[in-house]
Amino acid sequence: MKCSEFLTELTSYLDGVLDEKTKVELENHLSWCHNCYVVCDTTKKTIEIYRDSQLYELPDDLRGRLRSAIMTKCQQQKKRGPQTA
Amino acid sequence: MTRVTLCVTIVFDTGKYCIAKRMEAIQNKLVGPVSEELALVRAAKEGDDSAFEELVRRYDRNVFRIAQHITQNREDAEDVVQEAFLKAYGNLKQFQEQSKFYTWLVRIAVNEALMKLRRRKPERTVSLDEDIKTEDDSLPREIADWSPNPEQQYTQSELREILSKTIQGLPPGFRTVFVLRDVEGLSTEETAAALELSVPAVKSRLLRARLQLRERLGRYFQRRENGNGKNGEAKSADVKTGDGPSGDGNQ
Repeated sequence: MKCSEFLTELTSYLDGVLDEKTKVELENHLSWCHNCYVVCDTTKKTIEIYRDSQLYELPDDLRGRLRSAIMTKCQQQKKRGPQTA
Repeated sequence: MTRVTLCVTIVFDTGKYCIAKRMEAIQNKLVGPVSEELALVRAAKEGDDSAFEELVRRYDRNVFRIAQHITQNREDAEDVVQEAFLKAYGNLKQFQEQSKFYTWLVRIAVNEALMKLRRRKPERTVSLDEDIKTEDDSLPREIADWSPNPEQQYTQSELREILSKTIQGLPPGFRTVFVLRDVEGLSTEETAAALELSVPAVKSRLLRARLQLRERLGRYFQRRENGNGKNGEAKSADVKTGDGPSGDGNQ
């Protein structure tokens, strides 16, 4: 496998959806190509860091206010009758 | 004769019972949460507002995260949450139940969020198709390895600021695909359906988004050959300016 082929397969590899044969070829490539190993490892870390980051969590007080506003508006809309999209 | 018949009936019924139980277990495992969601959707369609409120409770956090990732503005994200749920409520009867309700809701929320971006940046055309350049624009240029546990070099708030500024630097089309797939955990097919993109387009954008984020984060997380692995004084300044050590955090 060449480095460009590794890059094409990287997303499927990280998502765990690569077929067995290609996976073995890719892992063989990673065993000797340090640059691709680093790209693979740091891309995986990138995904993990974002996934675990709890970026933009909705605070409980704001959440309550938003939900109450949504339900009030929904009920107003219901009284007005069906709307068009 | 009667005894034989009775035995056969018991064995047959026991077998049926086991199969029925197994089927029930499989169905609960496979479609439990989906059918629960569908039951809420159907109740809401019949006018049960408490069922709709349960759907809001279930997905408001996700919609808020997606909206803030796209708009990069908290007030806009709050508006998007309200408008997306209100639109879903008003158009619930048109929801055909051919996808998950959540995927349908995400599609509405993404459109609302993009509309906010367009209003805020009228000088720019904001769409999921913009900034899609050649296939080579995301090829790794920086290969340097990162420190072990690089995120631990920063406080929680510093790290959040770095992650926020870094993802802000991606074009909306890449940012949205990355958020739906890697942060919210939608499948490639669900992301394609929510964004009305083809599966290959989602895959291609996801790869480029991941590689671009990796490269941008690398400026903060790279292994330092000299010193203790921390970025020292420079890191606070870099976080505050928000442009990263190499200074290209802009869209």
